[in-house]
Amino acid sequence: MTIHQLSIFIENRSGTLIKVLEAFKEAKIQLIASTIADTAEYGILRIVCAEPMRACEELKKAGIAVALSDVFALQLDNKPGSAADVIKLFSQAGISITYIYTFLMRGKGILVFRTNNTDLARKTIAENNLPYIAEGDLAEWA
Amino acid sequence: MIWNPNKECMSRDERSALQGKRLHKIVEYVYHNVPFYRHKLQEMDIRPDDIQTIEDITKLPFTTKKDLRDNYPFGLQAAPQSEIIRIHASSGTTGNPTIVGYTRKDIGVWSECMARCLTAYGVTRDDIFSVSYGYGLFTGGLGAHYGVEHIGASVIPASTGNTEKHLKLIRDLGITGLACTPSYALYLAETMDKLGIRKEDLKLRVGAFGAEPWTEKMRQEIESRLGLKSFNLYGLSEIMGPSVSYECQMQNGSHICEDHFYPEVINPVTLEPLPLGQTGELVFTTLTKEGMPVLRYRTRDLCSLMPGTCDCGRTEVRMGRIQGRSDDMLIIRGINVFPSQVESVVLSMPEFAPRYLLVVDRVNNLDTLQVQVELREEVFTSTFDTPAAVDDLEKRLAAKLKSVLSIAAKVQLKAPGTIERSQGKSAHVIDKRKL
Ligand SMILES: [Zn+2]
Repeated sequence: MTIHQLSIFIENRSGTLIKVLEAFKEAKIQLIASTIADTAEYGILRIVCAEPMRACEELKKAGIAVALSDVFALQLDNKPGSAADVIKLFSQAGISITYIYTFLMRGKGILVFRTNNTDLARKTIAENNLPYIAEGDLAEWA
Repeated sequence: MIWNPNKECMSRDERSALQGKRLHKIVEYVYHNVPFYRHKLQEMDIRPDDIQTIEDITKLPFTTKKDLRDNYPFGLQAAPQSEIIRIHASSGTTGNPTIVGYTRKDIGVWSECMARCLTAYGVTRDDIFSVSYGYGLFTGGLGAHYGVEHIGASVIPASTGNTEKHLKLIRDLGITGLACTPSYALYLAETMDKLGIRKEDLKLRVGAFGAEPWTEKMRQEIESRLGLKSFNLYGLSEIMGPSVSYECQMQNGSHICEDHFYPEVINPVTLEPLPLGQTGELVFTTLTKEGMPVLRYRTRDLCSLMPGTCDCGRTEVRMGRIQGRSDDMLIIRGINVFPSQVESVVLSMPEFAPRYLLVVDRVNNLDTLQVQVELREEVFTSTFDTPAAVDDLEKRLAAKLKSVLSIAAKVQLKAPGTIERSQGKSAHVIDKRKL
């Protein structure tokens, strides 16, 4: 029910981001979504891509500081308020969200989030029949 | 076991009185026999009679390595050549070696101190003991050798080199004790692996290691691979050689034979003596030496003297591990900072690789210190994916540094492999201040 997201530690100086992107290019792995959470000194670059396990290996080989995080990727209805409705379900279940971001894939809104309470999140998704993206979908959709 | 309880366990008052008496005598002796010291003391308007108690030692001048070099070869020798029965020479990286002559009495004191060390390690006359320090101009080999003979154990003068033959002897003769450098001990372990000799095949039980800095981690590795208990042995040829201080079974600092070698710890910049427990430069005065006595010799070794008494029963003061060299000291906002302090903090946190860089600068007339540390691969787990996780790690390191250094440092986390591997100590520091 979860997918692997790459979390990459980068220092906020020129050349660090391009090194990561070049590594993806080298490995011929397509990016699907990326977002960056940063402070003055560092950034955590979060990437959803095709073949995340292989991407992680390739980035490590290129000397990039990368971790794999388990995140949920839910498919949203293309209408106003759909994200709010989904988040509300989790909040009612008492699940706190560590971070969240959205992107479009094949015209569909995708909501990515990580929580510290993965088991409860799984249960909530199952109970509410929420459509989610599985890891296998990534390669196919990219 | 204690070799000489009368000296090793004497009350502190009694020892101070003895030290004071001996200090007076040695000052009088060098005043009359070493022109270098006579001139120094005269310049400072000090007469031997001004030195009566051990506290008076702070009135005396220091001696440096440079003084020894400048007076090469025999300028600091106090005894006439006819009284000298042995001469050692320590290799210097530049210029002249340091020449140290010993009288028969000096060799006796050295053997006595070495016997104290060995006995504290648990070595007895029943042991077969291999001395694998280099024999020759270096003080290690012969220094340890005489101590082993003095306690009546059987000494194997193995020296260094021919490790395979040495291992064969260790196995076939059932050698129980070993004195060498910690790195040679590890080399022995590697050679054992190569030859297929297991530690169970050997009877080794005690190791006396010194002559180079070593860490607790090295100790654990040596002990597990050689199957012995290892003890620190400290010394320097300018003072005597190995036997200046030694670990007892408590292994909480090294006892100094302070009735012969009086230790002080000073601030290496102001040269002021520091209170017990504070880290600074270690200074020794030889209280009984005849051949080449030295007053307040600056070792350049940084360490602290430990307050309190030891559970082993000895009252001799203990010194902590050598933390670095005083030449490496930085003064930042008036505070003395040693790269080794930063190193100890970095090594204490499993998140960091043992690589770091201190960047010192001056911004608006204020010194700044930045500490760059390298993250280990293992840090990058699924939860290390938020700025909060990074901040938390950064803050924990900054707090530890502050408590150890007494000044705030700006922490800069670096990705694995991004700090260049350093060659030597100085490579850990970039000082951008233009003073
Ligand atoms: Zn003790």
